[in-house]
Amino acid sequence: MLTRIVVALVLFAAIFISDKVVGLGKVFGGKAAWVFPFALYLVVYLLIGYDVLWRAVRNIAHGQVFDENFLMCLATLGAFALAIYWGATGREIEGFDEACAVLLFYQVGEFFQSYATGKSRKSISGLMDIRPDYANVKRGDSVERIDPSEAEIGDIIVVNPGEKVPLDGTVVKGASALDTKALTGESLPREVAAGDEIVSGSVNLTSQLEVRVNKAFYDSTVSKILELVENAAEQKSKAENFITKFAKYYTPVVVIVAVLLAVVPGLITSEWSTWVSRALSFLDVSYPCALVISIPLSFFAGIGAASRYGILVKGSNYLEKFNQANTFVFDKTGTLTKGNFAVSRISPEENAEEILRLAAIVERDSGHPIAKSVVARYGKEIEGGYTLTNVAGAGVVATRGEEIICCGNEKLMKQKGISYAEERGTGTVVYVARNGKFVGSLLISDEVKPEAKEVVGALNGMGCRTVMLTGDNEAIAESVAKEIGLTGYKASLLPQNKVEEVEKLLSEKRQKDVLCFVGDGINDAPVLMRSDVGIAMGGVGSDAAIEASDIVLMKDDLRGIPLAKRIAKKTMAIVFQNIVFSIAVKAVILLLSALGITNMWFAVFGDVGVAVLAILNAMRVNSRYEGKERAQKAGRREKAAA
Amino acid sequence: MKKVCKLEDLDCANCAAKMERAIAKIDGVDSVNISFMAQRLSIEADESRMEEIMREVVRVCRKVEPDCRVIL
Repeated sequence: MLTRIVVALVLFAAIFISDKVVGLGKVFGGKAAWVFPFALYLVVYLLIGYDVLWRAVRNIAHGQVFDENFLMCLATLGAFALAIYWGATGREIEGFDEACAVLLFYQVGEFFQSYATGKSRKSISGLMDIRPDYANVKRGDSVERIDPSEAEIGDIIVVNPGEKVPLDGTVVKGASALDTKALTGESLPREVAAGDEIVSGSVNLTSQLEVRVNKAFYDSTVSKILELVENAAEQKSKAENFITKFAKYYTPVVVIVAVLLAVVPGLITSEWSTWVSRALSFLDVSYPCALVISIPLSFFAGIGAASRYGILVKGSNYLEKFNQANTFVFDKTGTLTKGNFAVSRISPEENAEEILRLAAIVERDSGHPIAKSVVARYGKEIEGGYTLTNVAGAGVVATRGEEIICCGNEKLMKQKGISYAEERGTGTVVYVARNGKFVGSLLISDEVKPEAKEVVGALNGMGCRTVMLTGDNEAIAESVAKEIGLTGYKASLLPQNKVEEVEKLLSEKRQKDVLCFVGDGINDAPVLMRSDVGIAMGGVGSDAAIEASDIVLMKDDLRGIPLAKRIAKKTMAIVFQNIVFSIAVKAVILLLSALGITNMWFAVFGDVGVAVLAILNAMRVNSRYEGKERAQKAGRREKAAA
Repeated sequence: MKKVCKLEDLDCANCAAKMERAIAKIDGVDSVNISFMAQRLSIEADESRMEEIMREVVRVCRKVEPDCRVIL
């Protein structure tokens, strides 16, 4: 196709220039003067347009009246006919070049469109190049290479360095580093060893691993993600629906107006050739394909750009909605906080070692996360020989001979009549006393994710409401909300209350407000589904989260949210630009053609030019997002310094 | 029943929309979606008549856009 275009262009240029310089009309004199230039231009025309002509004939036979090939042929053949008419009636010989150029540029435009969409499709599918081709299954002593879908749960598979992990499983032998970039956007390799669960789609980097298969292929992470991405394009956005609807009426209307434009003033003024020529210009811009392409292309590029950062968006419509998002509701534990309890303060500090030693003795056998955090913090061998007694709702008492250690909340201290120094920090407080005397206290709290404050700040900066839902008590909720900078919180909620709370927020919002719920997807699937846009964190390995949510952050990192918002914003801006720009230019061309100010040259040039610009604009969506923010910040800082 | 198939050489976005509209008119089709970018056709239709419907889909597609092939 490219060679055809180039050859035709060169030929066209040669004929065009020689016509203008020498005047091809002079070859034959008199009334037949038009024949020579016509013959030359016809050669170029057929060379560049034979397939368009053929398709026009074929499609019209199928009853496709408003077909672009047919309209193009009508416009160009009409221009030829008009030029012959002018030539034959002894007027100036012109118009052949126009007819040829229209088809030539049309083909250039088509070529560019298909090149751009092909390239865009490839770049996205390249990003999603996580589908494993085979699995090496151990059968007895030998290793067999099979299709991943044939592997069964419990099979032992061998993953060599450089290979993709074909199925989700647990490492049983070997240690290596895994590259999970294609899945999560995380560029740091993950170290794994025997006992670790690994997900399909990651690439083994350093040494051989033996893995026991935990999930069949159709259930594995790779299949779920691929399915999600392939389905993504099905959820069409309002903008896409608008433009296809527009296109549906646009072509017939333009064609009808063109016919009217040729006939009505023609009848009145009898200036037939003038008005027919203007009507033909109309046909040049009658096809809206470029416009229709640029919209899904923009969304596709947006979804692709997001997936590069490990953000899976389930459809164009969610990208569109997410751009409007102005209320963010967060689950607390596991979303804003790490969900792991840790000792955050020991007082008095000089007694730290002794407090921890005593607390560890009491808490050693408990499976409670708080007890575990104490034992983990102590990290040394714990003295044995104590008898442990549980005091319901208060704590635990350990005795060995004369020694009594009490470890629990203020109720236990009061019960035992021990005076203690109150700890006012947020979290769970454990008071420790030995033989009736207060030793000190431990403050245990859930750690806030390091990026939480930055992310909530960024969202607040975008004018969004940020609300936290938690089962924790008022005091803890308030302090976490304050620390992170949330605009609101709801404390002491039971899991089922979370849905109610979100329902309430949904009923309060205005029509165009969009509510997002951010959760880890473990027990908040109903809320994720109920909200306008459900965002699940740390989606790798969690089917429930992937299924229930609309946007999945594969990496357990809140910074994906403002990043996704930036991508959504840029995508929507470009979509809007393309719609307005393309329609405006078409309207102007139509108007100028009707008034006879422009000619076919301008019309086709404008039309193809707009298509190319719209597509190039759409490709802009797929740029880098991470570096940009930093650059902007640096710029702002410099400005502030100056 | 839902069925998904690939479309080959789908080069024109407006044709995709036209095909979608034409397929939606086929008797027995509950919903249809053509994704121009993903080159995928997904269709929900009466299971008992699926084969007949798919034959009709191929015919309709050929009529609207003869260059594009439906891979069943």
